[in-house]
Amino acid sequence: MAVAHGHDDHHHGELHNPMEPTRQEQIVMNRFGLWLFCFSEVFLFMALLAARFYLWRDPVQGALRPELEQGPALIFTCVLLVSSWFMNRAEVASANEDMKTFNQSLAMTFVMGLIFLLGVIFYEWGLGLAHPHILPTDGAFGAVFFAMTGMHAIHVITGLIFVAIVWRNGNLGHYSREDHWGVEACAIYWHYVDLVWIFFYPAIYLIGIGVHIPGH
Amino acid sequence: MKYFLTSALTKGLVGQILTFIVSYGLIRNFRKTVSGWEVPAPELSGWQAPYDEPAMVLATIISLFGFLLACGVVSDWLKMMAGQKPHLKHGAQGKPEWTRYINIDVNHKVIGIQYGLNSIFILLVGGLLAILFRLELALPGLQFLQDGSQYNTLFSAHGIIMIAAIFAGVGAMTNYLGPVLIGASDMSFPRLNAFSYWVGVPSAVILLAGIFMGGWDTGWVGYPTHSTTTQMIGVQMFLLGFYLNGFSSIASGLNMVVTAVYMRAKGMSYFRMPIFVWAAVAASILQATTTQTVGVALTMVVAQRTLGMNFFTPVISPELLAAGVPAGDPILFQHIFWFYSHPAVYVWILPGLGIISELLPVFTRKPLFGYKWIALSSIGIALVGMLVWAHHMLTSSMPPAWKIPFMLSTLLVAVPTGVKFFSWLATIWEGKMRFPTPMLFVLGAISVFLLGGLSGPILGTIATDMHLHDTYFVVGHFHATIFGGFVFPFFAAIYYWFPKITGKMYDELLGKIHFWIMVPGFWVMSLLQMRVGVLGMRRRIADYGSDLGIQVEHALITVATLAIGWSILIMLYNLITSARKEELAPENPWESRSPEFLAPSPLPEFNYLAPIEVVGEPYDYGLEGATYAVVPTPAGD
Ligand code: HEM
Ligand SMILES: [Cu+2]
Repeated sequence: MAVAHGHDDHHHGELHNPMEPTRQEQIVMNRFGLWLFCFSEVFLFMALLAARFYLWRDPVQGALRPELEQGPALIFTCVLLVSSWFMNRAEVASANEDMKTFNQSLAMTFVMGLIFLLGVIFYEWGLGLAHPHILPTDGAFGAVFFAMTGMHAIHVITGLIFVAIVWRNGNLGHYSREDHWGVEACAIYWHYVDLVWIFFYPAIYLIGIGVHIPGH
Repeated sequence: MKYFLTSALTKGLVGQILTFIVSYGLIRNFRKTVSGWEVPAPELSGWQAPYDEPAMVLATIISLFGFLLACGVVSDWLKMMAGQKPHLKHGAQGKPEWTRYINIDVNHKVIGIQYGLNSIFILLVGGLLAILFRLELALPGLQFLQDGSQYNTLFSAHGIIMIAAIFAGVGAMTNYLGPVLIGASDMSFPRLNAFSYWVGVPSAVILLAGIFMGGWDTGWVGYPTHSTTTQMIGVQMFLLGFYLNGFSSIASGLNMVVTAVYMRAKGMSYFRMPIFVWAAVAASILQATTTQTVGVALTMVVAQRTLGMNFFTPVISPELLAAGVPAGDPILFQHIFWFYSHPAVYVWILPGLGIISELLPVFTRKPLFGYKWIALSSIGIALVGMLVWAHHMLTSSMPPAWKIPFMLSTLLVAVPTGVKFFSWLATIWEGKMRFPTPMLFVLGAISVFLLGGLSGPILGTIATDMHLHDTYFVVGHFHATIFGGFVFPFFAAIYYWFPKITGKMYDELLGKIHFWIMVPGFWVMSLLQMRVGVLGMRRRIADYGSDLGIQVEHALITVATLAIGWSILIMLYNLITSARKEELAPENPWESRSPEFLAPSPLPEFNYLAPIEVVGEPYDYGLEGATYAVVPTPAGD
């Protein structure tokens, strides 16, 4: 296990903290910190959901939603959810020091996450489509749709970067049975981003009466 | 000078400015020449901005990264991503000790002082603005300002700058005191701690840049639809600066919670934690969670201005309207904004109230009354505080049926707050009181916070708020809560821990003079603000009629403001001259039982030479033979 303690990398005259937490203690704190961060982000996504339910409604009809194509959205959603399974597999593999499964699973996670991301950007947002389904300027529909999917997409992008870093560091041999915190953190984050989508997807695509946006 | 020019601060600022200029130029050019694409100007205002607003926004965001990369606060993380294992660098790295304060340093005490110096500096800037517009308000009519718009920019800047100062002050107290009081050597995440501080610097730069770009006239709340349509482009800088500061809040909140859970000394159960730490944790929970929502609100305004996304304007094109597509709603902003900004006021005061509870037993030589109740009341205030936000919207078009529950929850906050007051009274009761400057400020804080606390429920009651909303009564209310809950306790903490931080003693006489100018000054200011409010003086207005009969009050408020300003200068003079004294302060000037006063001053790099152990209750003052903590003493002394 390659922990800083083991190396003699303290330069001359540099101070050493006699009470520095051990690597294992630090991992326990990291884990709690990451869960707290996830909890903190709950408030971010809740605020977006609140905006959605506040704005997408009609005094008489109740909840509204923009009429969007259901098929592709469902497919992208499934792809993202399945990627979570591969992420979990990668984590288990790194705990077992099984590099082959680790590499395969991470690659699958990355590809599936990328498919989701590209699906959102090029299909749902319609970048590059001649006739996008919805534009940011389409009233509260456009505003909230792009805010929710955009905020989620930023998290997917961070997740993809995270996966790439973990893949590289894994192949540099940085993870072991005792200490594969990097992989674990990546997995928690990835599952969390998927979980958020489980709330966002029905809120955007399923709940409420569909309204056709003119001009699309 | 050499050290200054090569410091992280200088590098960061240069990096920020350069990235801003380069990216602004590139984006501007790209939009103009390459894509030919122009973002629609804000709806409803057929007005052309002096700058390319969207390019400015994007360049500002990029400039943050410029700062962070150039100053080096993220380099360790980048190295980790690249597969290296950088180790924490402690100490001054061979440079003079003072350079630590302008360089990246992971030590929580250094970061605490950085926050503190920042806070005082920003406080002076904000105070100067306040004095400017108080001079304007001293007499009816316009004195030296050209128009109301200038006045609006002054108070808008004052508000947000003071809020930044308060957050920095809270950061100073929690960072410096948190780990020390629980017997830890540092925070759980020292690098994140440094990041929390340093991300605040570029956001302060962005805020200040906003002022130089002509300012903004939206007040600190930035309500749409004014903020989405105002022609004062500085509003974007205000929104971004406010937003980016949120990262600082979230990160430091997380850090403090984890630290308090995992880094406590041996034997320090939760109910033996110093009471300040409880308060800091309660504030940190709020910081780490609710800050996210204000981020959403501010991003939405930025998005509406720059991308034409309609969140907040109840106007929509006839075509979309006919199809049944919903429009935006400005009330949404108020909900999301206050869901954060009400809890934020508790972030400002909870640490301060913790300081009051922490210091009272020391100076009354008695145990803290109802320790557990105070500890839990902090958490209670934090939790109930998340459910009261709409009391800022009692006069808005929110459905009346929603207002009643918010009135009730608002009045409920008075319960945990009352718990604190009664505990303070009971702690003072029959105490053997001593009155050095920190104690005076603690008592002043209690008296002033009482004013603020009593005016709160009056505002939270719908019937009275109908009359008082948006008047100077509100201004009086929140200045009293903020001074009582933050400013006075912060000053008490500065005086109290000054000998710990510097190893020197401040000048007691000057401290007392500071107190006896500031407290009466504040009482006059706050009470008269409330009075002119009740008599009909509206807030956020440059002028008032002489027929309101409130000239004398206004003139007195201005005099009081000036007095407060001078008294703070006295404090600064006192602190600076005392820090340069030769003579050393006594080891434990207050006869405190707290572990930090059993260790040498100034504290060593890692606070304690070896782990300390807690063996008793924290506030058993006056009880024979009671010990709180066993602290190893330096060998060879
Ligand atoms: C007993 C507890 C408190 C109650 C019941 C209370 C109630 C209220 C209410 C109802 C308002 C809105 C008034 C209006 O705009 O019409 C208000 C405003 C305000 N309160 Fe409090 N408050 C309490 C404590 C505090 C504390 C501890 C702070 C801390 C700093 C604080 C800071 C503020 C601020 C800054 C505003 C004005 C916001 C603005 O519109 O600019 N309050 N308070
Ligand atoms: Cu409030």
